[in-house]
Amino acid sequence: MLNAGDTAWVLASAALVMLMTPGLAFFYGGMVRAKSVLNMLMMNFIALAVVGVLWALYGFSMSFSNDAFGGFVGNFDLAGLGNTVGKLAGFVTAATSSSPEVAWPGSDALPVLAFVMFQLMFAIITPALISGAIADRAKFWGWTLFVVLWVTVVYFPVAHWVFSFNGFIGADAVGGWIANNLKALDFAGGTAVHINAGAAGLALAIVLGKRKGWPKDTGRPHNVPFVLLGASLLWFGWYGFNAGSALAANDLAAVAFTNTTVATAAAVLGWLVVEQLKFGKPTTLGAASGAVAGLVAITPACGFVSPLGAIAIGLVAGAVCALAVSLKYRFGFDDSLDVVGVHLFGGIVGTLLIGFFGTTSVNSLGADGLFYGGGFTQLGRQAAAAGSVLVYSFVLTFIIGFAIKKAGGFRVSAEDEVSGIDEAQHAESAYDFTGLSGGGLGSPSTIPVKSTPAAKLEESKA
Amino acid sequence: MKLITAIVKPFTLDDVRSALEQLGVLGMTVGEVQGYGRQKGHTEVYRGAEYSVDFVAKLKIEVVTDDTNVEKVLDAITTAAHTGKIGDGKLWVTPVETVIRVRTGERGTDAL
Repeated sequence: MLNAGDTAWVLASAALVMLMTPGLAFFYGGMVRAKSVLNMLMMNFIALAVVGVLWALYGFSMSFSNDAFGGFVGNFDLAGLGNTVGKLAGFVTAATSSSPEVAWPGSDALPVLAFVMFQLMFAIITPALISGAIADRAKFWGWTLFVVLWVTVVYFPVAHWVFSFNGFIGADAVGGWIANNLKALDFAGGTAVHINAGAAGLALAIVLGKRKGWPKDTGRPHNVPFVLLGASLLWFGWYGFNAGSALAANDLAAVAFTNTTVATAAAVLGWLVVEQLKFGKPTTLGAASGAVAGLVAITPACGFVSPLGAIAIGLVAGAVCALAVSLKYRFGFDDSLDVVGVHLFGGIVGTLLIGFFGTTSVNSLGADGLFYGGGFTQLGRQAAAAGSVLVYSFVLTFIIGFAIKKAGGFRVSAEDEVSGIDEAQHAESAYDFTGLSGGGLGSPSTIPVKSTPAAKLEESKA
Repeated sequence: MKLITAIVKPFTLDDVRSALEQLGVLGMTVGEVQGYGRQKGHTEVYRGAEYSVDFVAKLKIEVVTDDTNVEKVLDAITTAAHTGKIGDGKLWVTPVETVIRVRTGERGTDAL
């Protein structure tokens, strides 16, 4: 039976999560140079377009349709979404002393399409997260092709592993191996989204190589207010991401909402304290980064820990990520906007700390961690899930990235990188700095340009 | 006639402008510029990465004035732009052959 309250919350959550990708675009966009901000925004925005279509065509089916083999990937029964219209999804409602068991989809079912849209937004933001690792230097269509291949080969299967539960999409439906066989806990995507994107970011930063001048010239963030604005939009949208992952308007959603808030607050403090001690000044960029680190870390844990546990996770994540962003200089990979330092490390912190702070007093479907007398069992499962996603994502991303690079389509020329990727890849610039071209100098033409092939654009630039 | 060029801290612009207005100076040209002198630049830190800013943002103010007014204008700008801290800027004076008002074709001091 459809639950109207749950359905309303899941649809609203889907809209909240949708806003995270443009929020991420501004978070990243403020950190790059003025000459490459449009390209950064576009790398994120194109994920909305590409994944939005692929999800309907076959992505949802690969992730959530009945298992095709071994808990690895779903079959194509729901491709095109035609078989989802008017259908419900939910779990069998267990019997209680006052009411008997309710057969699938239970007494609190959702329209499948509400779930389709909610999960779509996760599939969009995950590849978008990777873009920060290769700022300023990727060809736009090369990146777009990467998104197509990456979600198909990496994200859709991994989402099946982590998010597809037995008996949800159909009475006898079989889901993925991490959720159902390994029984690692990941409430909203610490593994499938953040470790996945973080490992992919590391692989891609290595494949594409350093930007010209790095690490001597790291590029000063051109608009720190954008960064804080983007982080705030992310924080807002993350309530849909985490509290929406309860898939119900209930107590668990409120717990996840609360934990998301307090962990993020604690992570801001954690990051700023590390900055104060190491560099003597608390920075705006640090506060924004700390918030995102906290949001990342609490994502897998928000439905399984107490608010005090969440504060501890946030503090640890803020401090660990503030230190982890320096690793790229030690190991020499140009992860330009710290996808590894924030998302890989934050995701690992949150996923592993469930093994310490998890408690069944918050969620009977969760597990007791080390600090609640649960022993090492859950910690081992968490580590196995984190490690599997990390290795799978890193290896597959490396192969995809390498193939696109060899095909000649991934990195812009050194000349374009120096003169600015916005102009080279998009024939635009973000800001009219001087006002001259807007004011009279030059000869702006409003006559429609007859279709100009790329080759001709290149020529006219030369 | 003389061209007085002043490099000053950006926030002193309003004080400089009103000081010159009180002297009866009728116009000026202002531009945002970057540079360094004794002040040098400064260092900023982004996620632990140091970024040295070699050039400091300043304003360049240009005023053309009658020879008799040069000392008064120099005094006014020096007073208005003065904070006593390093980086207050510099003024210099260069001779000007003539000035033409585009609208009327007037020349020399009449065009000021």
